Formats: sequence, C-alpha cells, structure tokens
Amino acid sequence: MTVAVFFGCAFIAFGPALALFIFTIARDPLRVIILIAGAFFWLLSLLLSSLVWFIAVKASRQEEATAQKGLLIFGVMFSVVLQEVFRFAYYRLLRKANEGLAAISEENLSPISIRQMAYVAGLGFGIMSGAFSMINILSDSLGPGTVGIFGDSQYYFITSAFMTLAMTLLHTFWGVVFFDSCERNRWWAVAVVLSLHLLVSGLVSPSPSHRSRAVRTHNTCADKRP
Amino acid sequence: MADEYHQNNVSSEDTETHCRPAEPGGAAVHVQGDTELNGQPPSTRVIQAEDDDDEELTLKYGAKHVIMLFVPVTLCMVVVVATIKSVSFYTQNDGQQLIYTPFREDTETVGQRALNSILNAAIMISVIVVMTLILVLLYKYRCYKVIHGWLFISSLLLLFFFSFIYLGEVFKTYNVAMDYLTLAVIIWNFGVVGMICIHWKGPLRLQQAYLIMISALMALVFIKYLPEWTAWLILAVISVYDLLAVLCPKGPLRILVETAQERDEPIFPALIYSSTMVWLVGMADGRENRKNKSSEPESPAVPDQQAEDDGGFTTSWVGQQQHQLGNLQSTEDTRREIQGMPSARPSANPSDDEERGVKLGLGDFIFYSMLVGKASAAASGDWNTTLACFVAILIGLCLTLLLLAIFKKALPALPISITFGLVFYFATDNLVRPFMDQLAVHQFYI
Repeated sequence: MTVAVFFGCAFIAFGPALALFIFTIARDPLRVIILIAGAFFWLLSLLLSSLVWFIAVKASRQEEATAQKGLLIFGVMFSVVLQEVFRFAYYRLLRKANEGLAAISEENLSPISIRQMAYVAGLGFGIMSGAFSMINILSDSLGPGTVGIFGDSQYYFITSAFMTLAMTLLHTFWGVVFFDSCERNRWWAVAVVLSLHLLVSGLVSPSPSHRSRAVRTHNTCADKRP
Repeated sequence: MADEYHQNNVSSEDTETHCRPAEPGGAAVHVQGDTELNGQPPSTRVIQAEDDDDEELTLKYGAKHVIMLFVPVTLCMVVVVATIKSVSFYTQNDGQQLIYTPFREDTETVGQRALNSILNAAIMISVIVVMTLILVLLYKYRCYKVIHGWLFISSLLLLFFFSFIYLGEVFKTYNVAMDYLTLAVIIWNFGVVGMICIHWKGPLRLQQAYLIMISALMALVFIKYLPEWTAWLILAVISVYDLLAVLCPKGPLRILVETAQERDEPIFPALIYSSTMVWLVGMADGRENRKNKSSEPESPAVPDQQAEDDGGFTTSWVGQQQHQLGNLQSTEDTRREIQGMPSARPSANPSDDEERGVKLGLGDFIFYSMLVGKASAAASGDWNTTLACFVAILIGLCLTLLLLAIFKKALPALPISITFGLVFYFATDNLVRPFMDQLAVHQFYI
C-alpha cells in the first residue's frame, strides 16, 4: 500500500469522471450547479435510506449475522429504489427550472437542453456515489498495511476502484436513459433502469462472511500506525 | 440589447450577501455588506429597478456569480481540511481555550458538559453582539479612523502572527529545518504584501487569495481553540443571530447596510470578499475604481450623472485612448476592442462580465470552513462526512444566492448553509457512516 496504489486507484475510479467534468462541465457555470445539485439529491436519498436501515438494525436482534446481512441487502434495495425516486424528483425540478430558464432568455430558448441536464445530473449522481464508496478506501490506502494479509483477496482496492468507475459511468447512463424515457412517457424504460440498478447493486456482493471479516480486519490493520 | 440588460442588471447583480467577519483573537465583529451599486448615484437606481425583465434576467446571470463564489469557498475549505488532516497541531487539545469560552468541557457528567457549552456559546455570542453594536455605532457616528485602525490591527495580527504560527507548525509536521532569518524574510514579505493588497490596492486575484488565506487561518484558530460542543452550538446560534441581525428592521447589521446605502459608501473592503474590483473608501483617484467597468461609455442614459464621479472618464476620453496604447493596463485594451466590436463580445472578457460581481463576507468563509474543518477533525476520520458537509454548504450557498437574485437586498449567508451543514454532519456521522462501512465491507455498490 503506497502512494502508487493511492494514485492508481484514484485515477481508475475517478479518472473518466474527472475528464468528463473538466472537458464538458467545468466551463459552464449552469452545468456545475446542476452537477452539485445532483450530488446533493443523491446524498439526500442516501441519508433517508440509511436512516431507514439504521432504524431497522436498531429494532432487530443484533447478534445474528445472517439477519444483519439480510437487513443490509434490504437496505441496499431500499436505497436503490429511493435513489431512483430522487432521480425522478430531480427530473421534475430540472424540468421546471428549464421552463424558467427558457422564459427569461431572449429567444425563449433555454441555454441548456434537457438531454444535457440529464447527462450532468447522472454524472452528479455518479460522482457522489463513487466518492462515497471510494474515498475512505483511498485514504486507507495511503497508510501502512498489506492488502489481504489474512488470506483473502489482495485485489480489494483494485476491484473497488473498478467497481466505483463502473457505478459512476452507469449512473451517468442511467440518468440519460431515465430522463429521456420520462420525457417520452416510456415508463417501461424507467422500470428497466430501476431493475438494472437493482441487478447491479445486488450482483456484486461477495458471499462468505469470512472474507468480510478479513477485509474488515485488514482495514483495521491498515489504520494502525506502527 | 445586451447592454441595456447589462445596465439594468447592475443594481441587482451587485447586491451582496452580508458578511460576517471574525476578528483575530477570537473576538468576532460583524460588518455588514451593502447593496453595492457600482458607485452609481441613486437617481439611476430608480430607472433600473423598474424594469420587470430585470427580475427574470438575474437568474441567467446568476449561475456565473454562484460559481464565482463556489470557487473561493471551496478553496478555503480545501485549505482548512488539508491542514487539519496533515498538521496535527490544530486538532490537539492543549488544554488552552479562548478567553471568550472560559468553561471547560472535560467534566464528569454529560449534563455539566452541556451546561458549560451552553454558557460558552452564550458568552461568545454576546461578545459578538456587543462588538457588532460597537461597530455600528462607530460607523453611524462616522468614527472611520477608529474602525480602520481596528481593522488594520486585526489584519496585522492575522497576517503576521497567525501565519507565523501556521508556518511553524507546517514545518514541524514535515520536519523542515528553517532558520529564523529566512523565516523572518518570508513572513515579512507575506505580511506586508497582504496588508497592501487588502487595505490598499493590489491585483484582484492576489487580494482574493489573501482574503481566502486569512479566512482559513481564522477558521483554524476557531477549530483549535473551541471545544467540541461549544463549537457546534456557536455555529447554530450564530446563524440564528445572522438571520435576525440582517433581516429584522432594528438589526444592527441592517442598520449598517442602510446607513452605508444612505451615504452611498462601500463598506470596509478588508472584510468582504468581492469577486470584482474592490471599491476602497476614500480613494482619491476615481479613475482606477472604474477601470473594470465598461458600462459608462456604453450606456447613453447615464453619462451625465456619471460625470461628476467618474473622474473625467467620459466617452470622449475613451475615444482618445485609441492613441494611447501602452499607457493603459490590459483591461483598457480589451474594453476598447469590445467597444469597437459590440456584437462580437467575447464571453471570457473579465472586465465585462465580472464587474457585476457578488460579495460575500469573510465571516461566512470563516464559519463555513470551520464547519467543514470540524467535520473532518471530529468525524472519526471519515471522509464521507466532510464531503457531505461540503456539498451541503455549497447547495446552501446556491440557494442563498438564488434568494439574493430574487429579493435583491443584503441577505444573511450563514443560516441556510450552516443549517444544511449541521444536519448533514450529524446525519452522515451517525446514520450514513455505519451503513457505508457495512456496504464497503461486503463490497456492495449502490
């Protein structure tokens, strides 16, 4: 675990998103605002879903690992559904803002189209989702430690980085598809987006609990300073 | 066409959110921003304010101003968070506290701790209120020299003493050896250039950089010397106070704003971050103040009223500048080009777009950075909390600027952002963090 790992994983996870930001979003103030507001909406959905999960955990019996795992899966599914709900809410907000922007401009044309907004909003969701997944891992990778020293996968950081990259890009694409299908009232496409999101989130759970214990342990080891 | 809108928007675009600067040594003083109108005489305001299209068009120009404030706020927060994460001095508990927060928080019972923090916050807030009132009184009775002396001494303290301490701690952290002579030269240069830039004239970017640096230094002082619960309580109470002081008819900051408007003076540039050229009180040469403004030669409605305070800066004078290449600064050149090609105005021209700037008080910078810094220091080493607070504060600032564009008068910049920041801090630290930790352990991605 070195600076090289840190930079490598950071650029794997955030490189494309950063490039997209720099080349397409950074120059236009309106897009930057839409990006940050998108990140905020994702954050709100996460907050509410973790509130629900927290209440569920506190209300349950905490000794059973399987129950906790089940609650976590429920938490993930609920979070995905809530994220899509907030994406829809953001779509409505952006539609209204678009109409406002069109009304005040000189030629009655909004300076930004709903498609561009969809892309920016999706990227906002993606960047925030990726950041929340990856940042703690990145900061751990700067410290001392060995990945997988207790026998589990040594590729934890790399796989996390690639998954983060995938989720960021997926959120962007889902944003575009979602907004477009809302525009054209194709609700089946919205359902497809939702089910794909659920599929992806549910797919990437490594099974055995020993790995999770080892990973947690290695993370704790990584936090210790010699 | 764009000129008229440009002209019409001058009054609305230069309204500022109020500022909340904190003086060094923990004494906080509140100076209010004013509705900056580019120094235009009141009579033109009436013409411009009546246009209804005004209100809608502000939104179009608003995005740029939001970004003009996002960038410095982000930079200040980045500096504070980077310092907190690397220099351990600012998170160590040395046992020292400010004299304004005499009660200690390392008590046996939770109740006692709560009581102590409430008392600390009460003392601090009353100190702030008293300082604000003194400042308003001094301003009302035109004791400008006292105010300027006060600001001068406080920025002196910040630029020399606190930056000396900061530099010393950074050197200690990175184990850099430095002799006193080099250090003296560095601090002297840093401080003197800072004083000149802030209190007199200087390049805009340099002045903005110095203002960001002193805000970050002040925020670091607060983070170090305010105990935990006291700090959160102070943040909460000060946003309430901010709201009251700026919006209530008898609020001290509102009185300050209105007095400044009546006298048609800008307020204390040393305590306000401005995204455009700063207007200095009592500046003799009116010309230099107008360097970045291109509205006078282009607006036929105003040249007469401008004549007495534009220092001879009329359209004919501008025409003469065609022959005086090389005597002028670059902004004059770009503006002349603009005037020559009115239809091909490049959008990147700073003198054209940024003169309708927006102002934010340094106190707002300080408290935003203090919130994010405290979040990164105290949130069990978790970066998610810091990120969440950062996004929350930016969104709060965005909403505040939206309200500013709608209401067009000085607004408190603290309440919305600090509320969002506090809510997100406590929610993320207690609810989201365990959830995300569990997800990371099982490698779930949502």
